Amino acid sequence: MEFTGSKNYISTNDLTIAVNASIALEKPLLVKGEPGTGKTELARQIASSLKLKIIEWSIKSTTKAQQGLYEYDAVSRLRDSQLGEEIKDISKYIKKGKIWESFETTKKSVLLIDEIDKADIEFPNDLLQELDKMEFYIYETGEVVKANHRPIIIITSNNEKELPEAFLRRCFFHYIQFPEINTLRKIVEVHFPDIKKSLLETALKKFFQIREVPGLKKKPSTSEALDWIKLLLVEDLDSKDLKSDGKNILPKLHGALLKNEQDIQLFEQLAFMSRRED
Amino acid sequence: MFLDFFFKLKNAKIPVSLNEFLNLLNALDNQIISYDVNAFYFLARTCLIKDEKLFDKFDLVFGEYFKSIERIELEDVMSSMDIPDDWIKQMFNRYFTEDEINKIKSQGGIEKLLKTLKQRLKDQKKRHHGGNKWIGTSGTSPFGAYGYNPEGIRMGQDKRRHGKAIKVWDKRIFKDFDNTKEFNNRSFKVALKKLRQWARTGINQELDIEETISDTAKNGVLNIKTKRERENSIKVLLFLDVGGSMDSHIEQVEQLFSAASNVFKNLHYFYFHNCLYEGIWKNNNRRWNERLLTYDVIRTYGKEFKCIFVGDATMSPYEIVIPGGGNEHFNDEPGRIWLERAITQWPSYIWINPVVEKYWEYSESTMIIKDIFQNRMVPLTLEGIDKATKILAQPNFN
Repeated sequence: MEFTGSKNYISTNDLTIAVNASIALEKPLLVKGEPGTGKTELARQIASSLKLKIIEWSIKSTTKAQQGLYEYDAVSRLRDSQLGEEIKDISKYIKKGKIWESFETTKKSVLLIDEIDKADIEFPNDLLQELDKMEFYIYETGEVVKANHRPIIIITSNNEKELPEAFLRRCFFHYIQFPEINTLRKIVEVHFPDIKKSLLETALKKFFQIREVPGLKKKPSTSEALDWIKLLLVEDLDSKDLKSDGKNILPKLHGALLKNEQDIQLFEQLAFMSRRED
Repeated sequence: MFLDFFFKLKNAKIPVSLNEFLNLLNALDNQIISYDVNAFYFLARTCLIKDEKLFDKFDLVFGEYFKSIERIELEDVMSSMDIPDDWIKQMFNRYFTEDEINKIKSQGGIEKLLKTLKQRLKDQKKRHHGGNKWIGTSGTSPFGAYGYNPEGIRMGQDKRRHGKAIKVWDKRIFKDFDNTKEFNNRSFKVALKKLRQWARTGINQELDIEETISDTAKNGVLNIKTKRERENSIKVLLFLDVGGSMDSHIEQVEQLFSAASNVFKNLHYFYFHNCLYEGIWKNNNRRWNERLLTYDVIRTYGKEFKCIFVGDATMSPYEIVIPGGGNEHFNDEPGRIWLERAITQWPSYIWINPVVEKYWEYSESTMIIKDIFQNRMVPLTLEGIDKATKILAQPNFN
């Protein structure tokens, strides 16, 4: 089983090695990177290119580790007992969580734990044992759940919180760097195979120029580049339309690239300064 | 196999564990990569390094271990030469003393220094160590690393040695991520978490299982009881010293601030300069226009607030003890009175000082403030914060 990228997803050499190492050694892969560089997409693409089922667990600030394993519905049990039903089987009040689901599949599966840094600071520590041994214990029924096939686990983080050492030691780690121009060109071509060469080159050039302006609050990333180029195509613009005149330093439809008022102001100031110099 | 490499990483203070190293060997056994040094680099990095901030350090060690991999490309150095002059001058003023600047000026000034550097870079093609002309390590030439020359330009050195060179030239991709910290933000947050006070506030939302069971048992019908949700009820006021001598502690204070704003939902912060006077401000850019009266702040926030001052307490003693001693404006009442008003209003208080503790006794103003704060002054280190949380967690006496 080997991942090499897919026809919709360009995987760089370092990323391919990281993914394959984590598949071969059956360890979780922790993926970090600027927002919009395709961290979540990676898991989906691994699943689709290896033809595996994907189970996505999106983490919120209120998510508890336990919810990934199972939840015990005490209230329905209480209600049932009130209605006079005889309760023989406690297990019907136990709802499976995403981790359990991924342990149970008949084939290997891909488990995506998305944005683990959103949860409480202790959250990763609560999953150490489960990710290490790929098994857990259900207190209510005394049952031990063990993975049929160890799932391929992809964990993404946006660096909002630092993750505990013990957790990191059990993972492989990859930092998705912002692609360089050649990789980005390939990525755009994969998404828009019919794009005109001249438009692509001008757009890429403009895009990297904007990214390199110091002091941007949020640098536009791959997903923003794709959105922007899509808009350019929808509006049927030409490479000539992207030329900036003195008045307006930003290219057309820049709303897809810069989503922050301060960033747009920054460019207006730059334009103002360059006009003054003229 | 690669044991040397492992120890080199350890020596470079990169946190790698034996387990991770075994993982790497295991991966090699599994033939995930073929015999290719680039692939090995990626594999080793993914197995051993778990933080992009450490990539840069790892790159250096890896480069040293596999000598064939160049640490610095000549072109990279040349292209970094095109930096704005005023930026260099700013660095220049910061790292050099008056005397040294005069000395350099006497020898032709910074422009000449840079020009000579460009020339030497062109002439030199190899790595160099020692000596006094070529660019290399441990020499006395004006260019290079780990050496000493008051008009030197430091190149590719990871630590400040004499704190005197202008700029590190090394251009490595992950350089921006490397910030060697005394403590990381996480351990900080964990330390601050000790201050949490749980209290039940707000509306009844949580199922109270015990009450529900006992009430149901009593009445014979299911009667669901709820209780208010448990919340962290601690309230914190943070007073931050900005400007002047605090500039060199900015990074540490930022970390404290980000950790604190993450842990405490009910946090209010204010800025002051050197000592507390009649006015404080919330936005440092508009410090002169949007001033708040300290009186109002003292009246607004009740005694239940924990009061944390962060500052280096380094100033002229006059700024604390006499009226009109403030260094930015004329204060009618001495800073001491304002500090005393604050700690009387908020009996649970602490002063966190980013200056290393052993230097405190050499600064008179630090000792005065420590005295006003009844010895409740801790250094901005993990142990210091730990101590601070213990002091602040004590119940108030009044």
